[in-house]
Amino acid sequence: MQKKSTEVLVIGGGVTGCGVLFDLAQRGFKATLLERGALSMGTSGRFHGLLHSGGRYAVNDPDAAHECIVENQILRKVMPHCIEDTGGMFVSTPDDPPEFADEFYQACHKVSIPATEISIEEMLRREPLLNPKIRRVFTVPDASVETWDACRSLVVSAAEHGAETLEFHEVTELLKEGNKVVGAVAINKVTGETVTITADLIVSAVGAWGGRLAAMADCDVTVHAGKGTMIAMNYRMVNTVVNRCVHPSGSDGDIIVPIGTVAVIGTTSVRVDDPDNYPIEEWEVKLMMEEGEKMVPSFRKFRALRAWAGVRPLYQEKGAASDLRAVTRKYALLDHSPRDGVDNFVTITGGKWTTYRMMAEDTVDLVCKKLDTTRACRTAETTLHNPHGESKYHTLGSRLQKLETGEFDGQLICECEIVTRNQIEANLATNDRHIINDLRRDLRVGMGPCQGGFCTYRVAGLMHKNKQLTTQQTNKALVDFLQERWKGMNTVLWGQHLRQMQLDEGIYMGVLGLDKLPPGLSGIDEKRVAEVETEGYYEVS
Amino acid sequence: MTTSHDLDEITLSIWEQVQHSADLCVKCNICTSFCPVANVTDMFPGPKFVGPQAQRFRNPHEISVDDSLDYCSGCGVCSMVCPHGVKVMEMNAKARYKLYKTKKWIPLRNRILGRSELLGWLGSPFAPIANVTLKLKPLRILIEGIMGVHRDAPMPAFSWETFRGWYQTVHKKSPQRVISDKKVVFYHACSVNYYEAFIGKAAIAVLEHNGYEVIVPKDQVCCGLPMLSNAEFDAARQNARTNINSLVRYARAGHKIVGTSSSCTLSLKSDYRHILDMDDADARLVSQQTYDICEFLLELAQAGELKTDFQPINASIPYHSPCQLRAHNMGLPAIELMELIPGIQIKHIQADCCGIAGTYGYKKEKHDISMAVGKSLFEQVKATESDVAICDSETCRWQIEHATGTKMIHPVQLLAQAYGLT
Repeated sequence: MQKKSTEVLVIGGGVTGCGVLFDLAQRGFKATLLERGALSMGTSGRFHGLLHSGGRYAVNDPDAAHECIVENQILRKVMPHCIEDTGGMFVSTPDDPPEFADEFYQACHKVSIPATEISIEEMLRREPLLNPKIRRVFTVPDASVETWDACRSLVVSAAEHGAETLEFHEVTELLKEGNKVVGAVAINKVTGETVTITADLIVSAVGAWGGRLAAMADCDVTVHAGKGTMIAMNYRMVNTVVNRCVHPSGSDGDIIVPIGTVAVIGTTSVRVDDPDNYPIEEWEVKLMMEEGEKMVPSFRKFRALRAWAGVRPLYQEKGAASDLRAVTRKYALLDHSPRDGVDNFVTITGGKWTTYRMMAEDTVDLVCKKLDTTRACRTAETTLHNPHGESKYHTLGSRLQKLETGEFDGQLICECEIVTRNQIEANLATNDRHIINDLRRDLRVGMGPCQGGFCTYRVAGLMHKNKQLTTQQTNKALVDFLQERWKGMNTVLWGQHLRQMQLDEGIYMGVLGLDKLPPGLSGIDEKRVAEVETEGYYEVS
Repeated sequence: MTTSHDLDEITLSIWEQVQHSADLCVKCNICTSFCPVANVTDMFPGPKFVGPQAQRFRNPHEISVDDSLDYCSGCGVCSMVCPHGVKVMEMNAKARYKLYKTKKWIPLRNRILGRSELLGWLGSPFAPIANVTLKLKPLRILIEGIMGVHRDAPMPAFSWETFRGWYQTVHKKSPQRVISDKKVVFYHACSVNYYEAFIGKAAIAVLEHNGYEVIVPKDQVCCGLPMLSNAEFDAARQNARTNINSLVRYARAGHKIVGTSSSCTLSLKSDYRHILDMDDADARLVSQQTYDICEFLLELAQAGELKTDFQPINASIPYHSPCQLRAHNMGLPAIELMELIPGIQIKHIQADCCGIAGTYGYKKEKHDISMAVGKSLFEQVKATESDVAICDSETCRWQIEHATGTKMIHPVQLLAQAYGLT
């Protein structure tokens, strides 16, 4: 068993945990982060990709709205390379209550969101595919944000201040001495090794899993898991974030976010009991396509690429909430010492991706107080480390440009998302894992229209060569990735995407004979296949 | 759903816009494997890449970043072979327009090559001198140095008498001219007017021989394709509008419009609507009524209305079907039509493209690519050892003749000969 000690232990590698880690490190704390999977693999990686202007909450949750606009402006300065400045629109369609538009406009101005009304002609000039029957339009400073780059930038910047990040480390136990939490035991999921880390203070930043972790320290915390289902459309039919100008309670599928090469529509809001186990249901997909049609009349004709769901952490102190959308999106910072009589343990949960920095600042302020020190937060003024070396807003055309100028050189491996052999080989050299999904998060391999159809076998070949994998390990990496891709597509298989999948199936089953590998070499999880056949779809986990 | 029925029309027109057809691509690579240019050079990343793939990275609000798409020759083989309906060539043409908008600069060479009508108008009155001068190597080297027009690119000979001049001053006054209730409109395009008036004359002879009165509208202009392929959409749209306005009157009267230049008739049929976004009712009507001349004559033959008083021609003649002709999606009417001539054997050359692609092969930096594209075609033509070969499209004829030394003719010339009209 490995033993480590640190000053502050952060559990959870979503954007909040990464933000806390960076803030701690920058204020001079020795800090360590534990994440059970890869960074941003939970809720932070399963959202729209929307950097809120706050407009959505202006009417019903002005505090949360104000936090959003303040943080929106800060994040534009500190992580420009993760943000695409798409701008946003709130559109009042013929299906929306017309009186809400004025209410929205006034509410925005009350919390300093610079909403501006534009004409329908101007809206159509900027976004020709929007519904010409839309009655009113307001622009707001929404943007889209690349979560994996953001989390990676945060931990890399934290590492420059000495912080350590341990991915694929799942906490199995919180160590207590009397009423104090003094550390955690985690399993390295790659090697199977156990690690014990002692710390002066532990921060729980595990979002919807907050109740479970708190229970390990004998604290009673209720975090509702609010499932939201999203669908990525293959093509950006809009290049501006489009929101329906409606009261957010009881409204589903009312935001389209252009992010990367796709446009994401979402979401639903359904309470689920288990944050690790929640199927995407047919009605959700159907509803999203119908709602999309109200904003973009040809929406359903565009190709849906995949569907996924994430679980919002919705904290409510007293009793269970009946309507999830009515729960405040303002975050909760819990000091378990006065609250539960458990020392050295803090929970940060709730809130929005957009407000992660503010949540981290508050959390680290509390850490300072508890450790009896005063250190000023500087995260609002510090531009994060950008692995790509420039601090401009991200643009859609940047990958195409890099390939054109030769900055991306080497063979093209993932054609859809423009990832070259050199990029992949450089990335493979940075870790000891054999998971193609990690390359996907870092480089976007396999995220385009063919969903790994043409690049998975190429990447598997590169892994085999560069990491000296055995045949079985290579096959497993390949099969695991294809399964991961396919599970996100099962709920949206119709029309052109179904043809795509038949082509992909032809490549892997027909040409490469993946289903004819001898037992023991395939890496196919037969049990899982049987489960899928009975369920009819994959659960997202 | 309140937004379904009344918006169907909007939905439909949106979906027909070529940029959105990128959504249909399943990455199968059929277009890339057929692309004549990608097969001979690495300068061009291929139709799948610059087409539907790059399209996903193009934000209309951002500048254009991929210069390599300019190596697309615009032959359109990609759009034709795509089994999923991706309008690859059209997408590239639009992306090129955006590329040059970003550059804010179109080379003078491209502007001049785009103006075939102006060139013809300037050259035709001085045909004897111009034709000799433009063959002088030192001059061509000078032109290449100053302008970037390749010294070896095929220069057509100007016609001393323009086709329209002949039609107005000679043919219209001729007592032999056919006047009939059966009327057809002839869209002659620049090449017939300024370079190959004899093809226009052959077309009129064949049409009249079949009892048609041939109308040649005075206000027709260059189809605009050379400007379109050189990213001058605004100028191309002006020409397109002039032609639509001119031709729609006849189309409304139910007359068909025929042309001997397959690229130009393709512009009327498709490019105006799909690339220049001029998809109004007039443009659609002109598109519907426009025919390649062989397509028109073959329809007559199929209806039993084509005269078959052909004299036998005992020869085996190679025929190249140009890419822009195949893009009409009408099969290969010229072959079926010419095979009606007794004794003839048409040898269909198996090649996708001659490489010239309108103005592409004239450009200094692209000439070698263009010759490499046409290599197999040239070899096949030479191997037939025929004195003459047939092709529907003018620039292809010039390119093949230049590369092989074989005399090139249009199918309608062969028909006129078989009818004994020449």
